[in-house]
Amino acid sequence: MSVHVVPKKIYFAVFILLLVLTGVTIRVAFVDLGRGNTILALTIAVVKALFVILYFMHVRYSPQLTRLVVVGGFFWLFILIAITMSDYLSRGWLPFPGK
Amino acid sequence: MEQQREAAWLGMWVFLVTEIMFFGGMFTAYIAYRAAYPNAFAEGSHHLNIVLGGINTAVLIGSSLTMALAVYGSQVGHRKMLIGFLMFTILLGLVFLVIKGFEYHHKYEEHLIPGHSFSFSGPRPQNAQLFFSLYFAMTGMHALHMIIGIGILTVLVVQATRGRFTPEYHSPIELTGLYWHFVDIIWIFLFPLLYLIDRYTR
Amino acid sequence: MSTPTGPAVPVETREHYLNVNYGVKSWLLTTDHKRIALLYLASITLFFFVGGFFAVLIRLELLTPPGDLFQAETYNKLFTMHGVMMIFFFLIPSIPAVLGNFLVPMMIGARDLAFPRINLLSWYIYILGGLFTLGAVVMGGVDTGWTFYTPYSSTYSNSNVIAAGIGIFITGFSSILTGLNFIVTIHKMRAPGLTWFRLPLFIWAHYATSLIMILGTPVVAITLVLLVLERGFHIGIFDPALGGDPVLFQHLFWFYSHPAVYIMILPGMGVISELISCFSRKYVFGYHFVAFSSLAIAAISFLVWGHHMFVSSQSVYAGMIFSILSFLVAIPSAIKVFNWTATLYKGSISYHAPMLYAFGFIGLFTIGGLTGMFLAALGLDVHVHDTYFVVAHFHYIMVGGAVMAYLGGIHFWWPKITGRLYPEGWARFSALVVFIGFHLTFFPQFILGYLGMPRRYHAYPEEFQVLNVMSTAGASILGVGYLIPMIYLVWSLRYGAVAGSNPWGATGLEWQTPSPPPTENFKETPIVTEEPYHYSIREIKVV
Repeated sequence: MSVHVVPKKIYFAVFILLLVLTGVTIRVAFVDLGRGNTILALTIAVVKALFVILYFMHVRYSPQLTRLVVVGGFFWLFILIAITMSDYLSRGWLPFPGK
Repeated sequence: MEQQREAAWLGMWVFLVTEIMFFGGMFTAYIAYRAAYPNAFAEGSHHLNIVLGGINTAVLIGSSLTMALAVYGSQVGHRKMLIGFLMFTILLGLVFLVIKGFEYHHKYEEHLIPGHSFSFSGPRPQNAQLFFSLYFAMTGMHALHMIIGIGILTVLVVQATRGRFTPEYHSPIELTGLYWHFVDIIWIFLFPLLYLIDRYTR
Repeated sequence: MSTPTGPAVPVETREHYLNVNYGVKSWLLTTDHKRIALLYLASITLFFFVGGFFAVLIRLELLTPPGDLFQAETYNKLFTMHGVMMIFFFLIPSIPAVLGNFLVPMMIGARDLAFPRINLLSWYIYILGGLFTLGAVVMGGVDTGWTFYTPYSSTYSNSNVIAAGIGIFITGFSSILTGLNFIVTIHKMRAPGLTWFRLPLFIWAHYATSLIMILGTPVVAITLVLLVLERGFHIGIFDPALGGDPVLFQHLFWFYSHPAVYIMILPGMGVISELISCFSRKYVFGYHFVAFSSLAIAAISFLVWGHHMFVSSQSVYAGMIFSILSFLVAIPSAIKVFNWTATLYKGSISYHAPMLYAFGFIGLFTIGGLTGMFLAALGLDVHVHDTYFVVAHFHYIMVGGAVMAYLGGIHFWWPKITGRLYPEGWARFSALVVFIGFHLTFFPQFILGYLGMPRRYHAYPEEFQVLNVMSTAGASILGVGYLIPMIYLVWSLRYGAVAGSNPWGATGLEWQTPSPPPTENFKETPIVTEEPYHYSIREIKVV
């Protein structure tokens, strides 16, 4: 893994993009889209995070192992959230009151 | 030397994975409670200042840019650029913390700090208190990470002025950059979760 | 820990890691992974005896049916401190921080771990956390149980929850740094030619353990932070009186604390693979399966935590899923047990002390694992939940499994660590004493639990007394079994026969360098050209 110098203009481009996305997400937050609001806000956040990870954090230019570590980390967070929520979301399913 | 650099790079990423899981515990709590008490949480988020939050988001993204440029400076061996952008990053970090401090102070005046003095006029004050507990835990932990980051950056500035870093040896700059960007990513998620979701109601 | 020199044996002049320099500073500021391993050895032994002391008091109280020796509140503190000390300060660091620290670099032909200074830092963090927790003990103890369930811990308990919580939080970082160090070391520092499938299974097990450490520990860390915040500042997070949900605490707690059980047992499995192979002079049967089963156990361990919460008002559907997933753990565990057994088949087996511990491990782990299947079954668990059946089950895994493997490993690598042999006869005797004492202590507890004796009570009905007396008697035998090795191992430092570089005729890079090893481990970087465990079955035993 040798030093990979990312051109400055890529950093600036990502910066501008992140600012634009921030503006969009704030603007959209005031429009009533029902459930779509949450989905859109989180999608934009994921896109922003991806750009930071890939370009600012150089993962795009990093060895396979780094990508594996990143993906693995987020996947384990997903496990934590998904399985915990599987309890909360299925609590009301039993047809007994209070169960 | 190359092996050391690779080891340090991998070590930092593994550390960041532990950070993902560390914040992940709070994100899980947030999601579980938001799913259980959506209305109370929406009420709570209306008490946050979206202007200050938005400005802070921009400040933090800007600090990520300056950090990336500082790493660039160290890679090409441009010492003035390195030091300048490191200091710029510190400055933006401090701006973020000051704005955050104003927000906290405002919450204090509104009695929205969870605990004995908490008072909330809306419905289900206890569940709204959960929102504020998580708000302060998450943003507080994030701010703590920023303070640590600013401390490390200050050390790096001192070392850089002494000419410690060269295009061949600049791992500390790169690794601190990773850390700083990670803190930025946490905020990228905190901002919509705490300030934006269900904002359109009312 | 002094340098082994004495009149009985010729004084060694060769320089090695123990005699390269002397003085307190040379130990407390060392970055040598071997010395740090010995620092850990000394400190976890201390915590083992602190935890053991509480165990003695518990067994004494349970000798008679009425709660006559201690108040109920005192008894609550006893089992809490026993659990906290043994789990967080002995079992979790035991094999990784002592044997792993010593052996991981040696087994992969490296000079040291990837980050030697972080390694030393992790020991200091461990000690700092230990002092906090010991402080909590001295100030009057903690009475929440080692699980710190809310809202009792966050609101109602009048004991030192905050100090203990901070201690465990701090110690968690020691664990994280150790895991991080191992992962990077195993990825980046392997000797030339040492491909992944030439790694000893001990390394695979430690890699899997490290994954659990870095993925799980941060979650319990933040959970304890939230607990301390709720207790300290009365903010609402878990306490239902403040709007929170106590089951969420259990989710976050067990997300770490169930995998933590595998932090304890996986390195032990790595040790057992080495022992079985060496003392039956055979290549480990199904090497790839054993290697991947370690990773599988690590991965599955994160999917099963809800089986601790079957009666905690968790959704019954989540309970079913957790029950099914929990059965999955049996597959990689059984793969290991079957492959060890198959390794023994037609092997040239010798009954040295480490091998006796390995046999003990296989038997006890199998009982512990199979009773774990009982507990994973949703219906049966409701019956035996929070009874002595559970207590017996996890002691079979943690004491019968992890501690047996730890002792076996300590014996096996003692000649490498110290350069001396321990007295073989005494070692075999103590292995037998431990095995018998263990069974006598914990097997009656299965019966007690099945008959309905709940855990964590200081008094019980008369009809349970016979089995409790057996258990207490067994515990005293077990205690003797742990004391004997303490004595002869220390004795061997001065009077033990000098061990050659490879007293067991074992394969593995760590045996190709002198005992005790030089500070830099290998005079020149070894180059690996063979598979591990290239024992020939016809080879004449070396010892």
